Amino acid sequence: MKKDENKRADVLGESCGLPAVPGSAQAGIPWAYSDVVKEHFFHPQNVLKDGEDFPADGTGIVGSPACGDVMLVAIQVDPKTRRVRACRWRTFGCASAIASTSMMSLMAIEGEGMTLERALRLKPEEIIERLGGLPDRKYHCSVLGHQALREAVRDFLNAHGDGD
Amino acid sequence: MSNTAPSESRRRIYLDYAAATPLSFSARRTMARASRLSGNPSSLHSEGRAARASLEHSRAQIARVLNAAPSEILFTGSGSEADALALRGVAQTRRAQGRHIIISAIEHKAILKTAESLEREGFSITRLMPDTLGRITTSALEAALRPDTILVSIMYANNEIGTVEPIRKLAKVVHASSNHPLFHTDACQAPGSLLVDVQELGVDLMTVNSSKVYGPKGIGALYVRRGIALEPIVGGEQEGGVRGGTESVVLAAGFATALLESEARRPCEAPRLAKLRDLFFTEILARIPDAKVHGPRAERLPNNVHVSIPGIEGESILLLLDAAGIACATGSACNSLDLAPSHVLLAIGEDAGLSHGSVRFSLGRGTRRTHVVRAARELEKIVHYLRGVSALTLSARSRITV
Repeated sequence: MKKDENKRADVLGESCGLPAVPGSAQAGIPWAYSDVVKEHFFHPQNVLKDGEDFPADGTGIVGSPACGDVMLVAIQVDPKTRRVRACRWRTFGCASAIASTSMMSLMAIEGEGMTLERALRLKPEEIIERLGGLPDRKYHCSVLGHQALREAVRDFLNAHGDGD
Repeated sequence: MSNTAPSESRRRIYLDYAAATPLSFSARRTMARASRLSGNPSSLHSEGRAARASLEHSRAQIARVLNAAPSEILFTGSGSEADALALRGVAQTRRAQGRHIIISAIEHKAILKTAESLEREGFSITRLMPDTLGRITTSALEAALRPDTILVSIMYANNEIGTVEPIRKLAKVVHASSNHPLFHTDACQAPGSLLVDVQELGVDLMTVNSSKVYGPKGIGALYVRRGIALEPIVGGEQEGGVRGGTESVVLAAGFATALLESEARRPCEAPRLAKLRDLFFTEILARIPDAKVHGPRAERLPNNVHVSIPGIEGESILLLLDAAGIACATGSACNSLDLAPSHVLLAIGEDAGLSHGSVRFSLGRGTRRTHVVRAARELEKIVHYLRGVSALTLSARSRITV
């Protein structure tokens, strides 16, 4: 029975031109996004894991389920240097939304950590550039990433009495 | 991660037959033969007459499947063009009798956009809302008909959520109306799955499309009941003066062969797919209990499986499934050019958040039981992965303390 089914599938596979894409997934076929986006989508960095305990100094959440993107960012701040020490996030959204939040989290903590002033001024173009570009219509996804970080920094500043 | 097992990408599983079907072997063979006919079907010399003979043979084959006369079949460049020709053609020839056209809110974009442009030209368009399963009711249609209604266009089966509309009943309602409006149905998803006999259905115009029936892309057909005049969109002498442009003998031959074959296979293929569809739903719901099924369970296309998954987004699901070797479709805004969520899901009252998490699987000739089971298993893994990243599913166990 099983053998029979396989045989039928093969016959049909040939006659119908299946499989439409030969070989392994995406062999030689350009992906919709850059390699960097792909890497961050398949292996996102600094995701706040289920069950993880992350004492945050500031949190920010932007977007809405109805619009199709929601990003939550939590940061820890070094009180002396006033730099971002750690960053965790969660994103509901498409591949570029997930990849851009991941990239943003990486940028926030790389080196000695981003200064709060710098974090407040982070531009979506900087994230997009690091991602190796995004399709035009995906621009808004990363616009949310820097906004969520900014909200988290403001949350920290408000809690510490030096918000504006 | 869901995409890392190398054994899983050994062979692709194509589950997007509602978007495009592979070219059948017999259609390819017929096309190869027809490609030797170099003449223009409108020429009177031998080469032209040979091309004409082939074209008319194809037309007769299509007419036979639809239970129509060959003269009632017009070739077009696509299903979309046939839809546009039906709407625009009838609107222009009947504008003296009335300016009111009824469509449904869940039509294909080809109908919706043509209706919009007719609206800008002064026609009045009523868009019937479906119920929560996507069904257009006869009572809704009855209430919408007016003395100046000239045309009603309701799709046979919805391409996104698979709902099959009660075309026979709707056609009866239309024809009982005093102003004698015409009834058109976009039947692009129907051949091979549903009855496409125009006499049985009682339709005046019907669109069919080659690329959904294992035929070549780039050709469609419009059935036009004898005696109905259509104003052409593209002028010319071909196709009875209704559709200008030299006909493609090759594409017509492939289309006709493929349509005949689909109809011949329907008695076996439709129940086979319906069984696989039901198994697919069972598998998905067993693995992802909060997945929401769209459309009716019974009165739906035998090859359509459509679900929304709370908390995650459709384009992400699509790309991860693709990496796992499985092709599907999504109604998510992120996957559309206009970044708007599916108009069909919004019309059946789905909340915008959930519509972003929609996935459509459409089955076809190459689909086997093992494919469906593997797709459900991969989907489960992907849902687990994406929910571990999503901001909407943050587990209560995670604590962000300030």
